[in-house]
Amino acid sequence: MIQPRPPATLVLGPLLYHWPMADQRDFYFRMADEAPVDVVCVGEVVCPKRSPLFRDYLPKVIERLERANKSVIYSTPGLIRDGQELEDLRGLISDTSLLVEANDMAAVSLLAGQPFTTGPFLNVYNEDTARVLGRQGAVRLCPPAEVDGEGLATMAAAGHADIEIQAFGRTPLALSSRCYTARMNGLTRASCQYACGADRDGFDADTVDGRSMLCVSGPVVLSHGFINLIGMVDQIRQRGIHSFRLHPQSVDMVDVAARFREALDGTLAPDEALAQMTETTPFGAPPFIDGYYRGNPGISPIPN
Amino acid sequence: MCPAGTPAALTAAIEAGADTVYLGFRDATNARNFPGLNFSRDEFSAGVTGAHKAGRKIYVAINTYPKAGDPGPWRRAVDDAAVLGADAIIVADVGLLEYAAKTYPDLRRHLSVQASASNAESIGFFQREFGVQRVVLPRVLTVNEVRDLTRDISVETEVFAFGGMCVMAEGRCQLSSYITGRSPNLDGVCSPADAVRYEPRGDRMACTLGGYTLDVVAKDEPAGYPTLCKGRFQAKGSASYLFEEPTSLDAMALLPDLANAGVTAIKIEGRQRGRAYVSRVVSAFRAALDGANSNVDPANLDDVSEGMRGTSGAYRKVWQ
Repeated sequence: MIQPRPPATLVLGPLLYHWPMADQRDFYFRMADEAPVDVVCVGEVVCPKRSPLFRDYLPKVIERLERANKSVIYSTPGLIRDGQELEDLRGLISDTSLLVEANDMAAVSLLAGQPFTTGPFLNVYNEDTARVLGRQGAVRLCPPAEVDGEGLATMAAAGHADIEIQAFGRTPLALSSRCYTARMNGLTRASCQYACGADRDGFDADTVDGRSMLCVSGPVVLSHGFINLIGMVDQIRQRGIHSFRLHPQSVDMVDVAARFREALDGTLAPDEALAQMTETTPFGAPPFIDGYYRGNPGISPIPN
Repeated sequence: MCPAGTPAALTAAIEAGADTVYLGFRDATNARNFPGLNFSRDEFSAGVTGAHKAGRKIYVAINTYPKAGDPGPWRRAVDDAAVLGADAIIVADVGLLEYAAKTYPDLRRHLSVQASASNAESIGFFQREFGVQRVVLPRVLTVNEVRDLTRDISVETEVFAFGGMCVMAEGRCQLSSYITGRSPNLDGVCSPADAVRYEPRGDRMACTLGGYTLDVVAKDEPAGYPTLCKGRFQAKGSASYLFEEPTSLDAMALLPDLANAGVTAIKIEGRQRGRAYVSRVVSAFRAALDGANSNVDPANLDDVSEGMRGTSGAYRKVWQ
């Protein structure tokens, strides 16, 4: 007997860049109205200094998303230093009624005993860790990008929590207490003047001989290339992974989500979906990468 | 807390005045999984006996993240550390900590820097769930923050004072696997040596990793080891050491402050370094610690630093 597959879940991850606040609001409004995603993560995970700026818009954004039947998740920061950052996290978790995404073990500790999810900044590498987190209340885990498809499948098969895969966009690779955007501008984190606001999706860091490699958003370093696993969604689902994270980028995310939805629903062949995204702007600019999923260097482009 | 990558380095560390030596087994279970480095079980057993005879302690780093579906090697490392007499194990993975806590409740568990626990709540989680008795703090806190944190928690703190310095939060960095397919968390290596090339380019020298150029220097200029975090990048029209210069950590001048901050242990990095490095650095720190309250003139260790230059990194707020 063929087991029916659980439905596929499309998750819009938190924004990893510092877009103007009105742009962020409009972005989420449009995702609420038009994007066929199931889950939308709001909240600042990259830099605590950015967090307060969007706070005024947040209630309206959440309301609009919920009215559109999206589940809304409050994502929390990837690095929590002791002191004010920890206090802010405590306040956030006690005040919100939303499901919370933990990106530091401090959030896991504060959320223990209630349902929560984990994001790619939290170190989840194996099924034993998944079991411990599941026991704490984790319902869905999105491991770091460097865990390959086989590792994700192993964790999914263990069944302690649902497994989510980073399926589209630049993946975060590292984070620091130093702000590199500030450093680039001759400033420090304390005196940053929100220099990151000048970069739409972070700024590119190429090798000195001109090859694309990294992208920088404040204290977080990301891949320059966009992960794109749309061509492999069937294989991924056969491996027991049914949640797909799309990282927001300054491309038409409604269109991205629609193609993933069609590929997942079987109305668009996955390889055709990939071909369309490769050939048509605005997706064509950075090379698509899928190395991590295949167990290769993460920077490896999708093979022809 | 001093490093040893070989039995010779272990002896050197003890002779130079280390209170505790930390080391790893010869496999992917520890974060310095380099060819020709680390301890066989027999070497480890002999090392423990020797250290205990000298009144010193041995900690075992089992601080990579077990590969999904293959926890065996990591559990065996915990088993052997316990059976062969380690004084503590240094662990990062939540699943492995649970195994250790259940199987060997009496074996001291320290939280590795690779667990990236930088606040009281996170550290409290590891203490509550797995009985962790010490935390090695990631290099993301200022000295004042280390002091406040140490005051607020009831587990011991340990901080790095010298050696190779991660610019990124330790345990939260995939830059190496992005280019080479191998990472500190999964494989115990950062920028594996077999992926590194130094090649002449005109009258200059290029340092490459996995075929990607990370720096180009004049031939008489010392070439740093090519890690991404200390590479030179082209951004916004200019080339620079975007993340950090090719420097390493030297917090000797901050020892009195760290002592006042209440930290239990001062850690020297460098299990991949030779016995000469270990002797030199451990002796200097022993002398500095013994005179920590007497304003001794700190020894200059620049010549044994990677990049020949030291920084106090995140311990000072201006670095951030």
